[in-house]
Amino acid sequence: MFEQQFMNALAIGSVYALTAMGATLIYGIMGILDIANAGAYLVGAYLGWYIYHATGNIALAFIGSAIAVGALGVLLQKTIYSPILAKQNTLSIIPLVAAVGLFTMSSDVIRLICGPYSKSYNFKTSADSIQIGPIVLIPAWILIFALTALCLLVLWFLLNRTKLGLAWRSTANDSEIAKVCGVDTNKSMALSYILGYGFAAIAGIMVGILYNSITPALGEVPSYKMLAIIVLGGLGNPVGTVIAGLLIGFVEVFVSAYTNLPIPKDAIAFVVLIIMLLIKPEGLMGQKNKM
Amino acid sequence: MANAYLFSIMATVAIFTLLALSLNIITGYAGQAMMGIAAFFGIGAYTAAILTTNGTPFLLALLAAMVVTGVFGALLGVISLRLQEDFLAITTIGINFVMAAVFNTLKITGGTLGLTTKKPEIFGVRMNNFHFFILTVIIVVIVCLLINKMRKSWFGMALASIENDPAAARSFGINVSKYQILAFIIGTALSGLAGGIYSHRMGFISATDFAFTVSIQVVSMCVIGGLGTIRGPIFGAILITSLPEILRFADNYRALVYSLLLVIMVRFMPGGLLGDDSPIWKLIVKGYRKFVPRKKTRADLIAEEAVSAGAAPGTQSVKQEGGLA
Repeated sequence: MFEQQFMNALAIGSVYALTAMGATLIYGIMGILDIANAGAYLVGAYLGWYIYHATGNIALAFIGSAIAVGALGVLLQKTIYSPILAKQNTLSIIPLVAAVGLFTMSSDVIRLICGPYSKSYNFKTSADSIQIGPIVLIPAWILIFALTALCLLVLWFLLNRTKLGLAWRSTANDSEIAKVCGVDTNKSMALSYILGYGFAAIAGIMVGILYNSITPALGEVPSYKMLAIIVLGGLGNPVGTVIAGLLIGFVEVFVSAYTNLPIPKDAIAFVVLIIMLLIKPEGLMGQKNKM
Repeated sequence: MANAYLFSIMATVAIFTLLALSLNIITGYAGQAMMGIAAFFGIGAYTAAILTTNGTPFLLALLAAMVVTGVFGALLGVISLRLQEDFLAITTIGINFVMAAVFNTLKITGGTLGLTTKKPEIFGVRMNNFHFFILTVIIVVIVCLLINKMRKSWFGMALASIENDPAAARSFGINVSKYQILAFIIGTALSGLAGGIYSHRMGFISATDFAFTVSIQVVSMCVIGGLGTIRGPIFGAILITSLPEILRFADNYRALVYSLLLVIMVRFMPGGLLGDDSPIWKLIVKGYRKFVPRKKTRADLIAEEAVSAGAAPGTQSVKQEGGLA
């Protein structure tokens, strides 16, 4: 029982970490709380569904959807977010309002185009479950673990071992100084959106496979839970985000399995967050609270 | 009856105007990111509803709703001292979700079934939508007058300085903590008042009435109208609340039109349609000035006197500069 819950928590935590990673990368560079990332998650899940059902190839669905949604992210960054940030004296909630508008738009466009009813992935593997000792593994879980690990590895490599990653890190550290030193900060912003929206799309397909159902409301819960996770991880910190994502996954699964709290599962993340912020306002692994 | 329908919409518009004005005090004047106003709207609504079902007179219940909500607001104000901007935005979003969940589970708030309220009586008259509309408009007018007075007062100026730059305000000896908490108390108390009216006007409330989407709607009202002005939130509340009624013919595309409008607004006019920097507002002011010339201030009178006394306009300042050099 315990082992089973553990694996379950790990699967959910992985999805959370990957979903929130997009928002973290974008926050790290742009300083925007991009709720629209949950829209990317939704659009990615639907795009993946269409590709998978047209070709029957899940790998193609993951890759195609991630690339298309990543490109959409760059388009939004160039046409909406960057111009808003370029204006002087904008309140910090203005970009957030834009993101909320984009997110609402994405779920409505999906509802109008793809219909309000749920679609099932019906992803089939050769074995229904794999037994290792006391643990029963569902192949979809293995796919999720492997894919999350792969994505995080690619991210780590990109950020720490390439010139593009160096530029990204310097922009995240101080975009003004990076610009002065000749770093193309626009490229760093675009990279954030390609990776951020791409990861969200992959996470969307993973959830679609895991629960075997996607609806136009798919993005609602991640939209705010993602925010709780990126703050817990210390805004803009990729490592902290992974830890916070897993933490929330574990707390949710174990609290709802072993206790009888009168609050719904989806509100737990925020209870953890509020307690956390009051004790340690800069997040699990964050820098100091920005003034 | 067409009239009853009209008044029911107008009552809703008035209540949301009050709510938008309350958010405007926290976000517009004090500059604090508040994304969870619906939680406080809800606290007020449930407090008033519980009190009147237990026999408290309506107006007294409204007062109590203000006080209770203001106490919660003071708590958030204290929290806001520790959290800046984005952290505060997320925390208030979180508070909204947690409160909605609490409303949905507590026994006293009726759980998932919600609460039913009786139509209250004022001065022996059972209130209908028309009465609610009148009552709310009276409150809105009073609130507008008070806000206008507040902005010219020491408190209003202190808030403006905090909104501009809290560190600079502190260095001038302004008690930032005190004024910031006060702004939260006043803003949330007003939202609680709006909630108290709302729960009785609707006759039935449940947790979905105070969901995060409601907070977003109120933020949109302020942003679309123009934060930090009185006219902005009022205009925004009228527009956003009546938009669904106007767009009724395009029911299926309502949310799409609404969100598209929001994105276009913040992209091209982040100051709001009627904000101080908005070209529309400047045009209105210009047109208005054509008919009603600006009242002359003391500085204008002195300048005119100088001109008529023979000094060419501008010479005074030139002299002064020469003297300084």
